[in-house]
Order: sequence, then structure tokens, then C-alpha cells
Amino acid sequence: MMGRSVSFVRRLGASVVDGIWRLGFATRFMVLLLVYSGQSFRRLHLTIREIYFSGVLSLLIIIVSGLFVGMVLGLQGYETLQRFGSGDALGVLVALSLTRELGPVVAGLLFASRAGSAVTAEIGLMKTTEQLKAMDMMAVSPIARVVAPRFWGGVISMPFLAAIFSTMGVVGGWLIGVVFIGVDAGAFWSQMQAAVDFRYDVLNGVIKSVVFGVAVSLIAVFEGYDCTPTAEGVSRAITRTVVSSALAILALDFVLTSFMFRG
Amino acid sequence: MSFDPTHDEPLVCLKDVHFAYGERSILKGIDLSVRRGQVVAIMGGSGSGKTTLLRLIGGQLRASQGEVRVAGSDLSRLGRNDLYALRRRMGMLFQFGALFTDMTVYDNVAFPLREHTDLPPEVVRDLVLMKLDAVGLRGAGALMPAELSGGMARRVALARAVALDPMLIMYDEPFAGLDPISLGVVGQLIRRLNDALGASSILVTHDVHESLEIVDYVYFVSDGRIVAAGSPDEIRASTDPFVHQFVHAEIDGPVPFHYPAEPIAQALLGGRG
Repeated sequence: MMGRSVSFVRRLGASVVDGIWRLGFATRFMVLLLVYSGQSFRRLHLTIREIYFSGVLSLLIIIVSGLFVGMVLGLQGYETLQRFGSGDALGVLVALSLTRELGPVVAGLLFASRAGSAVTAEIGLMKTTEQLKAMDMMAVSPIARVVAPRFWGGVISMPFLAAIFSTMGVVGGWLIGVVFIGVDAGAFWSQMQAAVDFRYDVLNGVIKSVVFGVAVSLIAVFEGYDCTPTAEGVSRAITRTVVSSALAILALDFVLTSFMFRG
Repeated sequence: MSFDPTHDEPLVCLKDVHFAYGERSILKGIDLSVRRGQVVAIMGGSGSGKTTLLRLIGGQLRASQGEVRVAGSDLSRLGRNDLYALRRRMGMLFQFGALFTDMTVYDNVAFPLREHTDLPPEVVRDLVLMKLDAVGLRGAGALMPAELSGGMARRVALARAVALDPMLIMYDEPFAGLDPISLGVVGQLIRRLNDALGASSILVTHDVHESLEIVDYVYFVSDGRIVAAGSPDEIRASTDPFVHQFVHAEIDGPVPFHYPAEPIAQALLGGRG
């Protein structure tokens, strides 16, 4: 019994020390990332290339998902609203749901699983095959050359992806509500225009997507850079990226929403 | 950072170097020197600390005790910028090449030139073609690393390592996994490039016969210590039991065949009381 307790305390202590060490490493990594970002911006083509890989190549999944989410919102929203005789307010429901919440959150989750996992895998494999070490031995900082462009590529892409997701969602809602169900098109668009405030709704949604972009990109590059350089280590790092990003997005969304939309 | 151009001082000098990963001691008092123009091999069994030694010389690790000097600079006193300035005059060939997989062969060799010089693209092109020609791969510039054989990848990595005409070239297991022809080619390239550049080279390798053909001096490392050293002829003629076992690939000797255990009779009978 005593032996088990000692073993438990020892394991607990080891995991706490490991956690603190990892936190310190992550903080140092973040500082270095910001320090080397200047170098990365001076060679803008590297960041533009990453915007292409993280942003442009995520467009298809964002457009298709946005369209379907909007279509589901149209169906469910109309079903609920018409019970209260407010079917014409479908446009408001679709637009506010998307700009305030679903756009940034779902786009962030999709971005984490499409681009975040790819960034972790790429950096992790570069570490496993000693490419990062080779770069460092050539007196080229891997953080400046590999990590920072991928981080900024993600941060810049994310708000655009969220905006495109919301736009496609509105199109999906219009398609179901106006084209298929027969909600009046004038009411759909005019009520939406009257109810959606640019600063309060749209801008807060954009701020959310920027925060999610920073969180997901930071987690993705850190997990790749910190992974154990083996096939299993890279696979675990990818899993951690997707899980941590999803949790970070949902937790940050709650915090941001509680500050932004207090009624 | 100081640089002493006198050719009498060794380019690389290790004095009483100790290194440990946590509580696991890897190097236990290494003394080693590499003179300018020399090709030196560091040999030893797996886990003997050879690659750690190379990482200490490259400044990737710091000695826990002792002194590592390269071109007159004590690596433990160098800041990041000075270390990077020194590394610009070093080249390193990793075990499997470590080529950048998202770049062509041409771009891999051009990488250090583009990063560290402001040369116009035409000059970079000429230099890259010269380096690729030196390793016999001028026609392979457009290929991606995934399209290369192991030997070709090693030669491209060699061209990249010498792109900036370094004063010191380090090789981590340059012969591992190569067929006999590629092995001979890489071996000869190491010697020829070292002499052509007037550089010094350090090879960490298991390949006794190929290495003894091309190096000027050999250090044997075992259990974190230098256990033997000498010229290739001295090594071939050595009666030292460790060197003899290593050079002639004998299965038993100072490096035992059996992992430490109780005698087999005791193990077999012990369980039957």
C-alpha cells in the first residue's frame, strides 16, 4: 500500500515537473517565434507560400462545409421560427449564428484538422529526417525559416477562411430558405441587413477568428517542433494538435463570447 | 570570436571533454585534435559516443566539462550569433543526407548560398553547377530528393555541405547503407573535396576498410574514451586487442559477444533448484 502511494506521488511529481518544463519550453519557443518573425517577413515569399498551403488549399473544405452548415441552419431555423410565425426572420438567424459563432468556430475546427495537422506533420517529419538540424548547422535558424512563415501563414489565412465560411453559410441558408422553402427573398435580405451590426457582430466574429488562428497555428508549429523524432512521435503530435486546437477554440470561444456579447 | 590563422594550431582541439545526457555519462575525458588539411576518422561501436562527439564539435551540444575549440574559438563561450558565424565556415553531412524534401537537388545545393550571400542568381547557378559537377550530379539538378538513390542523396548532401567552401567538413556515418560502388565514390569524394578545398574533415564511421583508405588519422572511441589512435598503417598493424577486434570484425574480444549475465549453466540449472 505504502509502495503504491509512493509510486503514485512520484509519477504525479514527474508529470508536474514535465508539464512545467514543457510550459517553459513553449514560452521560450513563442518568444523566439516572435523575435524571428521580423526575419520571416523580410522574406515575404515564404509566408505567402504558407498562406497558399494553409489558406488556399483549405478553401474547398471551407466552402463545402460552410454551404452545408448554412443549409442545415436554414432547415432547422425555419422549422423553429415558423412555429412562432417568424419564418421571414430566417435570414437574421442564419447570419447572426454564422458571423458570431459558427463561422469562426467551425472554420477554426476545420482549419485545425486540415491545415494545423499538415503543418505539424511537415515540421515533425523535417525534424525526424534531420532537416531542421541540417538547417541549424548551416547557420540558418529553423524557427525563422520554417516555423515563423507557417505560423503567420495560418494566422493570416484564418480570418479569410472564417469570412468565406460565413458567406457560404448565408448562401446555403438562402438556398434552402428562399429557393426551396419559399421564404420571401426581400424579407430574408432586408431583415438580415437591419439586424446584423458590422462592429458588434461582424467585427467581433473577425476578432474571434484571428484569436483562433493564432491559437491553432501556435499549437500546430509547437507540436511539430517539439515532437519525438520518430513515426510514432509525429503521429502523436498530430493527434495532440487536433485535440488541443479543438479544446482551445471552444474554451477561447466561451471566454471571448462572455466579453463580447453580454447583452 | 577570434580566428587564429596560424597553421600550427589544430583546427579542432578537444581537451578533457566530458558529456552526459542527464545522469547517463556519454563522454568521459576525450582529448582529440584535427590539424588543417587532415581527414580524421572517429570509429567505435554503436553507442560509444561518436556522434555526440561530432555534435559537440558542431556546437549542437555543450560539453559539461573540458574545452572544445574550433578555429581558435572556445565553443562554450560563443553566443548564438558567433556560433552561427563559425558554422558558416563548417559543412556537415548527415547520416541520410537530410536533404530538404520540398526542394529540388539544385535548390538544396543553392540553399546555403542564397541564405548567406548576396550573389546574383547567375553566379549562384554557376557555383551550384560546379559543386554538382564535382560530385558527378550536374545532370540531376531538376530531380527531387525522393527520386534519388541513397548514394546520390549522399553526394547531393556533400555538394550542399561544401557549397560555401568550408574550412571544416563533418560526416556522420557517410558510408551507412551504401552499395560498394557508391561507397567507393563517396569515399573518394570526401578525400578529393577535402584536398581541393584545403579543408579539414572529420568522419564518424563504422566502415573500417573504406575509411582507412582515405583518412590521415584514426581515433577509436569506446565507452566514452579514446582507446586507441594512429595513422591507418599503425591501426592496421596494431596489436591492441580492441583495435584488432574492430578492424578484423571479430565477434568476441574486449567488446564481448554476450551481454553481461550469470553463467549459462547456472541460468539453466538455477530454475530447477
